[in-house]
Amino acid sequence: MSEVIKIKRGLDIRLAGKAEKVFGQAALPEHFAIKPSDFHGVVPKMVVKVGDKVKAGTVLFYDKYRPEVKFVSPVSGELVAVNRGERRRILEVVVKTDGQEEAEQFGAAKPADLSREEVIEKLLNAGAWPFIRQRPYDVIANPNETPKAVFVSGFDSSPLAPDYDFVLSGQEKYFQAGIDALKKLCDNVNVGINHEAASKVYNSTKGAALHSFQGPHPAGNVGVQIHHTMPINKGETVWVTQPQEVIAIGKLFEEGVYDANRIVVLAGSEVEKAGYFRTKVGASISTLVKGNVKEGNLRYVSGNVLTGTELEDDGYLGFYHSQVSVIPEGDYHEFMGWALPGFGKYSVSRSFFSWMCSKKEYRLDANMHGGERAFVVSGQYEKVLPMDILPEFLFKSILVEDIDKMEQLGIYELAEEDIALCEFVCTSKLNLQSILRTGIDLMIKELS
Amino acid sequence: MKALRRLLDNIKPHVQKGGKFEKFHSTFDAFETLLFVPDATNKNGVHVRDSIDMKRTMAVVVMALVPALLFGMWNTGYFHFQSLGQEVGFWAEFLHGALQVLPIVIVSYVVGLGVEFAFAQMRGHEVNEGFLVSGMLIPLVLPVDTPLWMVGVATVFAVVIGKEVFGGTGMNIWNPALIARAFLFFAYPSKMSGDLVWVSGLTEGEGVVDGFSGATPLAEAVSGNIDKFSLMDSFLGFIPGSIGETSTLAILIGAAILIYTGIANWKIMLSVFAGGYVMALGFNAIGMNALMEVPAIHHLCLGGFAFGAVFMATDPVSASRTEKGKWIYGFLIGVFAILIRVFNPAYPEGMMLAILLMNTFAPLIDHFVVQGNINRRLKRAKVNA
Repeated sequence: MSEVIKIKRGLDIRLAGKAEKVFGQAALPEHFAIKPSDFHGVVPKMVVKVGDKVKAGTVLFYDKYRPEVKFVSPVSGELVAVNRGERRRILEVVVKTDGQEEAEQFGAAKPADLSREEVIEKLLNAGAWPFIRQRPYDVIANPNETPKAVFVSGFDSSPLAPDYDFVLSGQEKYFQAGIDALKKLCDNVNVGINHEAASKVYNSTKGAALHSFQGPHPAGNVGVQIHHTMPINKGETVWVTQPQEVIAIGKLFEEGVYDANRIVVLAGSEVEKAGYFRTKVGASISTLVKGNVKEGNLRYVSGNVLTGTELEDDGYLGFYHSQVSVIPEGDYHEFMGWALPGFGKYSVSRSFFSWMCSKKEYRLDANMHGGERAFVVSGQYEKVLPMDILPEFLFKSILVEDIDKMEQLGIYELAEEDIALCEFVCTSKLNLQSILRTGIDLMIKELS
Repeated sequence: MKALRRLLDNIKPHVQKGGKFEKFHSTFDAFETLLFVPDATNKNGVHVRDSIDMKRTMAVVVMALVPALLFGMWNTGYFHFQSLGQEVGFWAEFLHGALQVLPIVIVSYVVGLGVEFAFAQMRGHEVNEGFLVSGMLIPLVLPVDTPLWMVGVATVFAVVIGKEVFGGTGMNIWNPALIARAFLFFAYPSKMSGDLVWVSGLTEGEGVVDGFSGATPLAEAVSGNIDKFSLMDSFLGFIPGSIGETSTLAILIGAAILIYTGIANWKIMLSVFAGGYVMALGFNAIGMNALMEVPAIHHLCLGGFAFGAVFMATDPVSASRTEKGKWIYGFLIGVFAILIRVFNPAYPEGMMLAILLMNTFAPLIDHFVVQGNINRRLKRAKVNA
């Protein structure tokens, strides 16, 4: 193992409601949904119709622009709804489970015995390809390309994130099989591990290079880890995936079925009993949160509070998410809030008197705490972005749609999650993640 | 509180689009957000945000200015009664000073905010908080005897030409408060320099005791009388000067607040002082005229140097926006401030011009820092290829 890479800049937001490492009991919900909006740039073409019977692994829709990339049902049952939004855009493809756990059979195989093409085909057919995303652009990988490396971040440093040591324990066999499969895609497979964690599963894994990281969030972001080990230059791609997805890939090869099982952490200040739950990709969160949250106007988030998507209390877990966060909505007017001493207010600056209690855990809500302004304060973003990138200048180049500058300033290395902390600390309350996404979309459009 | 909220909620429909008083939308909005932090919640992107906003940021800077303001009030009274040869005690001095200074502060705020509100309304923007600080900075860099109408004219000039023509807070090239100062300095030099304007009432000259001079230490230094005020006097602020600039100590208290809260950049402050010190030290070694021989540390306590370093140079909008650039930017301000002061005694206020000059060059400094970043990335790509 190489030396420890110390991440100095960043921020661990001390949120209340951390989950204990115990499994909570919750029944599986009736409804599951795959949301095309989880896959950036994908235009869904439906394969099944409302009323059709599906099994776990049955194709629900594919990508119009890349038909080989298929999206499958997580459970067996019946397709009950295709919910559409503005301009008939498909928002949710809802499957009602029949509780039978029937699954499409794709055939077990040792990745080592297959060719690269066969591995890719298997992943595509079984609906496991969307687990593999690429940098730059943070979109589903192009199966016709060969990346320079595959990178898996073995830990999540974001607020209230799941502890993968706990989540993965006992699944060594599948993780190894998953890594073996990834190794067929590209010989250079890397796993970023947390220097402070035991990382039992990773240390016993063969065939992957381990990189040890230490420091505050976003040290666990795969983009940051790539930046510090094998920065992406123009024309290069790195494929990335997450630990539980490696396991799903492993199970596909070991057992020949599409495995939609996920362990998710339910956390946040408004959760009564925060803990880990066994559920599936796209599961409705209703059974998790019902009776387990506090009173009040709440915000449910699939994923962490920095990058996740807002849900209703019966919304569906995002495809890539292993976390559900519940925080107060915070839609209140606060009298003279900007002028009060602010003993209980969280801020990176010490402009509120909360610096007097440094160990406190905060119950943050979704209030913006101010109005949107132009860029005024400088040097804020750099402090929470541990990369050799000048974020403000990059954002400005995106706002003026200067493709060359965006490229020169390192847009290939960034995904929205990497700059989420910049957005968190921004005094001007700018929506930096949307700005970056606009830039990425522009790059995709202009350069493809 | 609730009644106030209800009142605002009742008025709101009338000032929103389509309402009877649509014209006052920005104005209403400014007052509403001043009284209540809005209930807007994060929609896409992060779900939680840091509690800090622009109002808080500006409020902290204004707080940091308070020591300099209060000291300036006392200083005004102190020299006023000195000039009359009277001993009246601390409170009478403070009260006199307050009565001289407050009208200037009020004029600056009323005029400046008036212009800001008008522009916000014309553009359909929210009112920006930037002027909360500028409105305090303008009085503090002026001599106490500045006529109020001049304060008003300078404020209008600063807000309109210094800021709004560029698009408002965040878009301006120069520090608006210094634009006000520079405008008065070049438009009405007789009211901005000389030996009389620094002490209240001295311009009229009624009842002034014989031999009293209201000259600033810098003016004294030009004629070789730097020893008239000791280093300690200059540091504590027992010297005549612009309202807020006299006490280096009070300014440093403000600096401590700004640095501790993380609102202003310590790199800029430190490098301005370093630049000034190094430059002055260099001049000490040559020592060709009286100002060159002023001890380096003494230079830093005179004129607007400390005030400029702490409150003016650190304005994030007009300063360099890259971290490396901030070191260069600050250092050069220090260097130029002393350079101008020493070689052109007609402009003893070298600090103002040095900051405006470096404001102009800050984008150029940033350009090279950004280019450095770009080159590193290109080099990395070439090594790998």
